[in-house]
Amino acid sequence: MAESDFDKIDAVLHEFEGRKGSLIPILQKTQAQLGFLSKEAMKYISEKTKIPVSEIYGVTTFYTQFRMHPIGKNIIRICHGTACHVADAPEISEALYEELKVEPGGTTKDMKFTVEEVACLGCCSLAPVIMVNDKAYGRLTPSKIKDILAQY
Amino acid sequence: MENSVRIKVGLASCGIAAGGLDVLEKVENFLKEHDVDAQLEHTGCIGMCYAEVLMEIDDEEFGSTMYGYLNAADIDDILNAHFVEKKPLTDHIIFSDKLGGEEKVILDYQTRIVLRNCGVIDPESIDEYIERGGYEALQKVLKDMSPVDVIEEIKESGLRGRGGAGFPTGLKWQFAYNNYADKKYVICNADEGDPGAFMDRSVLEGDPHAVLEGMLIGAYAIGSDTGFIYCRAEYPLAVKRLRIAIEKAKEKGFLGSNIMGSDFNFDLTVYEGAGAFVCGEETALMCSIEGKRGMPTLRPPYPAESGLWGKPTNINNVETYSNVAWIIRNGAKKYAEFGTEKSKGTKVFALTGKIKNGGLVEVPMGMTLRDVIYKVGGGIIEDRKFKAVQLGGPSGGCIPESLLDTPVDYDSLTKTGAIMGSGGMVVMDDTTCMVDMARFFLNFTQDESCGKCTFCRIGTKRMLEILNRITQGKGEPGDIEILEDLSRKTIKGSLCGLGQTAPNPVLTTIKYFRDEYEAHINDKTCPAGVCKDLIKYLIIEDKCIGCGACKRACPVDAITGEKKEVHAINQDICTKCGACMTACKFDAVEKL
Ligand SMILES: Cc1cc2nc3c(=O)[nH]c(=O)nc-3n(C[C@H](O)[C@H](O)[C@H](O)COP(=O)(O)O)c2cc1C
Ligand code: FES
Repeated sequence: MAESDFDKIDAVLHEFEGRKGSLIPILQKTQAQLGFLSKEAMKYISEKTKIPVSEIYGVTTFYTQFRMHPIGKNIIRICHGTACHVADAPEISEALYEELKVEPGGTTKDMKFTVEEVACLGCCSLAPVIMVNDKAYGRLTPSKIKDILAQY
Repeated sequence: MENSVRIKVGLASCGIAAGGLDVLEKVENFLKEHDVDAQLEHTGCIGMCYAEVLMEIDDEEFGSTMYGYLNAADIDDILNAHFVEKKPLTDHIIFSDKLGGEEKVILDYQTRIVLRNCGVIDPESIDEYIERGGYEALQKVLKDMSPVDVIEEIKESGLRGRGGAGFPTGLKWQFAYNNYADKKYVICNADEGDPGAFMDRSVLEGDPHAVLEGMLIGAYAIGSDTGFIYCRAEYPLAVKRLRIAIEKAKEKGFLGSNIMGSDFNFDLTVYEGAGAFVCGEETALMCSIEGKRGMPTLRPPYPAESGLWGKPTNINNVETYSNVAWIIRNGAKKYAEFGTEKSKGTKVFALTGKIKNGGLVEVPMGMTLRDVIYKVGGGIIEDRKFKAVQLGGPSGGCIPESLLDTPVDYDSLTKTGAIMGSGGMVVMDDTTCMVDMARFFLNFTQDESCGKCTFCRIGTKRMLEILNRITQGKGEPGDIEILEDLSRKTIKGSLCGLGQTAPNPVLTTIKYFRDEYEAHINDKTCPAGVCKDLIKYLIIEDKCIGCGACKRACPVDAITGEKKEVHAINQDICTKCGACMTACKFDAVEKL
């Protein structure tokens, strides 16, 4: 980890100083700053907060939001909620994996895209839905995937 | 600065996903270019999500006009016709005061209590909420009612928890009130875990102050000064609007110390979840707020006795709180006029799946499923055959056509083997495979099980394995019985609602669609044509003219045949993507 990364974590820790039960927000903010939670980052947070590193690791692995590997420049979330499943979401994911040549949860070789499957993005009436970073795309068909990816 | 022309664009997550921001920009530009003097506003979910993007224009000339199915590209034409030529384009009108339009009928069947402001006000403006009677209930409570009065009023209204279990809200408040402590907490459960439901998101995005006001009244009733809203991580817009609402409420003195000049203090914080379905369970949710792994704990003690950090805590769902201010303002009696004997008021549903008018609807309790689907929802897409409706998500079940006249209330729905749930209602037609649906939900619950109880952790896994086998054509006689047995044991052997209800999707599909299981197991066929290992694509010789369209469309080169001659699909190479069937203009490809 670079020196500046430690500074970023320090800033996050400072924000939550003295507030009880703030481990999850600390991890969320750290991940937002660094992209993922490395072993080094978890160890450092443990040293500073006096929370055992085993407990931090336990929390990190329990919640799906936390990642322990670097991610691509763009995150694609494919909805696999009920409404999207009924609207043939599996075909959308297949088209996407085929196009990007990745496995579910994987990152493309050029580090441009990371693909995650999630349960419901809350736009079920537009099923099937994917979200690239913060932008949602609805009413998809496998043939629309190429055009969407080309925008990034 | 009152303005006689008002334009509202629906900008909830669904509106934005459908291109709402592009529409907004176009409207802004048009107004500037043509010097139209209008007030442009954002609003929350209007409910007719199937027709997004939606825009309402309110002017003297035409009254209220709702435009739907909008694209940014249409906006110039529509606004030009409306404001310059004064001849609105009726093609895009969904309903209007003066110009006709049939879809208003859909709203006529609804009763809007929870959604009273959704799609009407700008959710980021506290003044618009106040204009429509907002915070009057809080004032009434602080001035004229004791905590016991409030609790009695809520009890009398018959309001039951909308988070799934349907526990009477007034009684829950009473328990928290009765437990004396130096500190008490109020929590709003906005984790909305059911995948395929978005009622709570729409309320949070469309009318956040209604949730705040409900929580304030609850806090006053039980004697708490600190609250948390636990919001799902996937809802960034809801979190943003809640934070804005809290900020504005503080400025007005509705949050903080000595609220409205009384001695009541209340502070509220939004807490973002980190993605775990089980955290919707109340004891797991509180562990999560404490910064731990979200594992459910044994009840009793109930949260009302020992909840967050061991203090008495009241936890309710978003929709539950959104009812509260309405009840206080209009009276418990008025509320109890809606609904059935044991289920009062209304229920919000997220109507999705193979339904024509999918979206957010609010109906009085007691309406039949048939009316919700056919009258409010407009029936099945392409008028196909209805097969089942799924209620309650991973904890719920699939209800078949023969039970469509079941009224929507807690007890009637429980009798069918499904549950009311939080409000997800997914409609399925004859192209949905019920075994695949059971597999889908089991895949979800086994993944989300926290792992504490053995049957929930391993029982669900074994059930998933069996369902996977069945959908792959490797089912064996006796599988159905093993599934039933494992279901019973998982229900008995689990501590929390996740495991206790996880088998419901399996049990209800076996109960009502046993023939589909048998077709998969005995005949190795999938009647709905969904399970890939059990279907094949064939070219019908009589219909094929040898145009080669299927051959070009096939991504894996599985189709052979000379031009003008009958083509054939090599089953060993075919990946069953269905591209040939879509490409063929002569209906010469069939799915078996
Ligand atoms: C596995 C599981 C998930 C749950 N998820 C939610 C949820 O997402 N939202 C919710 O309001 N209640 C959820 N509940 C119900 C809560 O435990 C609790 O009953 C509810 O928040 C109480 O509020 P109410 O009385 O207003 O319904 C869930 C329960 C279980 C067992
Ligand atoms: S199921 Fe996909 S957005 Fe809800």
